Amino acid sequence: MPLSTRTFLLGARDTTPLIIAAAPFGLVYGALAINQGLSEALVMAMSIFVFAGASQFVTIALLASATAFPVILATVFIVNLRHMLYAASLMPQLAKVSAWLRIPMAFWLTDETFATVSNRVSRAKDDKHFTAYYLGSAIFMYSSWLFFSWLGMTLGQKIPDIKSWGLDVAMVIAFVTIVVPLLKNYADWACALTAGVSAILTYHWPHQTGLLFSSFIAIAVGVALGYKNNTVITAIKTKEKTKNV
Amino acid sequence: MSDWLLIAGMAVLTFVPRYIPFGLAGKVTIPPLISQALSYVPIAVLTVIIVQTTLIRDREVVLTVQNHHLIAAIVAFFVSLMTKHQFLAIGLGLVSFLMMKWLSFG
Repeated sequence: MPLSTRTFLLGARDTTPLIIAAAPFGLVYGALAINQGLSEALVMAMSIFVFAGASQFVTIALLASATAFPVILATVFIVNLRHMLYAASLMPQLAKVSAWLRIPMAFWLTDETFATVSNRVSRAKDDKHFTAYYLGSAIFMYSSWLFFSWLGMTLGQKIPDIKSWGLDVAMVIAFVTIVVPLLKNYADWACALTAGVSAILTYHWPHQTGLLFSSFIAIAVGVALGYKNNTVITAIKTKEKTKNV
Repeated sequence: MSDWLLIAGMAVLTFVPRYIPFGLAGKVTIPPLISQALSYVPIAVLTVIIVQTTLIRDREVVLTVQNHHLIAAIVAFFVSLMTKHQFLAIGLGLVSFLMMKWLSFG
């Protein structure tokens, strides 16, 4: 499959708002990590090889409270389970991608790239430039993350109280602007409402188990209420399939 | 040295959940009910993250104007809902956050 440069750049462009919002996150990560006493090499290695904002933050927080490594690793795993859901929802698009390309694509799967790519998928189901678009989004996100981690690390050595600036707000705002356009019918709204209420009820659960629980409940509500729409869509899809055969 | 082992472990445990579904794509077919469920993933997961990081400050639910994160998120929500313009929503959300912070110190 040819990689369209135009689509590659389009993927990068469409991710830009989210990257701007993730930038403070990278800055704060770098600053926190270096002030936590990690060496510069370790701070950057985590961004280079792990590349998962939430996991990196959790790790720094847990290291600060002298948590045992197995507990940190278990927490990282649970925090990342949402990526498994993201990846699963992109499976139809990945079916035509070569096996070796799936490895870097999986490594580069983040909230930002998933949000951007799934937005495109919801507009055009059959997209032959999917890979180019995905890689454009992912590579731009990855290089930005490395740059802002490094910048945060450098600034953090000069401005130790950077973490009290509340820079994480940019990420929350970005997530809001991702979710709102996805709310198209009452099942979507019910899903979001359930997620919100359950998030408040379960926030004190340990190691983000509340996040997973709330997500599953909200998904169940969405599926149950969206069922009527879904049966119609499934019927159309089945028709298309039989046509192709 | 053990710090490097921690990072290696993190790298593996971050990569594996991302990779498994990608590796299986095309080899297994997802039942319609599951793919329906998966279509709600972005709304569900992101809403939980939004609510937990805005409403809860220092492990307590804070529903006052002192909660600047909440105000910024509400501004972004309505701008996004009314204009569908992502840059504008992010920009106004950030401006409202900075204004709240500035006012509370003034």
